[in-house]
Amino acid sequence: MYIRKILLALLGSVIAVVHAVPLYIALTVALKPARDLSSRWRPPKSPTLEHFRFAWAEGDLLRAFANTLLITSATALLVVVVSAIAAYPIARIRSGVSTVATNAVLAVMMIPSLSVIVPLYSVMNRLGGINTYWGIILVLTTGSLPLAIFLYANFIKAVPKELDEAAIVDGCGAVGTFLRVVLPQLRPVTATVLILKGLGAWNNYHFALYFLQKPELRTVTLSIAGFFTEYSSDLNAASAAALLAVLPVLAAFMLLQKQFIAGLTDGAVK
Amino acid sequence: MPAAIRKRVMPQLRRHRLYLLCLPAFVLFAVFEFYPLLQGIRLSFTDWNGFSQTYRFVGFDNYVRLFHDVRITTALRNTLIYGLAGAAAQNVWGLLYALLLNLKFPGREWVRAVIYLPVLISGLIIGYIWYFLLQYDGGALNDALALLGAAPVDWLADGTRAVGLILLVSSMQYVGQAMVIYLAGLQSIPAAYYEAAAIDGATLWRRFVHITLPLLAPAIISTLILKLIGGLQLFDVIMALTSGGPGFGSHSIPTLINYLYFGNQNAGYSAALGIALFALILSVTLLTGRLARRKEVEA
Repeated sequence: MYIRKILLALLGSVIAVVHAVPLYIALTVALKPARDLSSRWRPPKSPTLEHFRFAWAEGDLLRAFANTLLITSATALLVVVVSAIAAYPIARIRSGVSTVATNAVLAVMMIPSLSVIVPLYSVMNRLGGINTYWGIILVLTTGSLPLAIFLYANFIKAVPKELDEAAIVDGCGAVGTFLRVVLPQLRPVTATVLILKGLGAWNNYHFALYFLQKPELRTVTLSIAGFFTEYSSDLNAASAAALLAVLPVLAAFMLLQKQFIAGLTDGAVK
Repeated sequence: MPAAIRKRVMPQLRRHRLYLLCLPAFVLFAVFEFYPLLQGIRLSFTDWNGFSQTYRFVGFDNYVRLFHDVRITTALRNTLIYGLAGAAAQNVWGLLYALLLNLKFPGREWVRAVIYLPVLISGLIIGYIWYFLLQYDGGALNDALALLGAAPVDWLADGTRAVGLILLVSSMQYVGQAMVIYLAGLQSIPAAYYEAAAIDGATLWRRFVHITLPLLAPAIISTLILKLIGGLQLFDVIMALTSGGPGFGSHSIPTLINYLYFGNQNAGYSAALGIALFALILSVTLLTGRLARRKEVEA
């Protein structure tokens, strides 16, 4: 039995090492002084943080992080509120209207975001939402709603209806019932939606590329893309910038590993 | 609950006024999804360049052009590769990882975490990080080749190889997602089934085919659809690694839409390609869903 476990652990470590190679290479590139031209496989002899400092200042990363944080949290919050309240009648009322609404949500899910980018851009242009926070927040929110509505609707269906009925008998209105009885029970699915859609907004690139063209509105992904095209001769700094962008996600994952995996699995299966 | 109360309560629950709660979501859908989709269909029949005030209607010209444009036929082929081969690879690969990491051994949690972590990172950043391995001059892979005495390879200079590498990079990034879905599926299979089969003398392989696979079927179907849709929309990794090059060799339809609109001011044509992508994803999803349901009925 011991030998079996040792062999499995060995095989597991080989797999883990293979998957860790890209990040390891990026780390050696970012930590080596510019004059150190040794192979990227070799760990740095005299590691330096100069590239991180340069990337942080030159890429205006503080502002990019602040922009991304603002857009991500506003999007996640909006998605939770709008999808939770939309899911309630769809899950609770049995009528043709609910069926139509469900199908409409399904239809939206089928529209790939880049397939309507040309008209979406002109709509946003007419609304004055290009280069604004609200423009990108609303677009990201809309794209995140369908899956979130399904997750909430499935979850609400599992909350016993008798609880609603008891609340109504006690004189609670429909909205009051939702707020006081149903909402408090939605905590697990809310965690899932927050993680799933927050991550999507944090990592988004293609919408930001179109709707945030002013440098001061740049998100983290846009800054990194800028680094790799504008500073293509300074790959050490580009690597440092990319690693700085990974850091918050890595920290969040280490803190909330269980919730992340549970959330992303739920989001995929249901 | 007494019938009298039920009679008083249910109509209240059924009150259609409650549908007002759907309003914010549906206003957003109307403005940012349905209206653009209709507008996209309209624009796809024009020669709009993306910024001028005027444009002409050109009938089906854009759609006819789609079929004769070699950039688009290449991108279509690549998109199908990214979608179909990506879905197949990640499912088999993810299932193998799940089977291995479902066994108990020290360090198992770490291996899972390392495989899973890239799922959380933007495809753009993963693509850029891979550039440090694939670069011709000083790239990590060519260094390794030199150590073996082999000549360096210009990895991304050839269209077909670039497509293969993009497929590999994105599959390696997202294999962790398939893995955790399968792990959850494996853990929900009661151990008693395997014990009973073992008593009956079933081999490991037969246990896998007759217990594991059928009970994982729902997970397999949903992972397959998820990966298919994701792969057909692949954008970030391609932008980071090749921007669709060399030439137009590694473009997918999404990156080509971006190129035609952003880089080429061909908005009408790009809109037509967008509608074609929508039709492609719609039919692939519906087809997979239908096939999957038929399989489920048979099983």
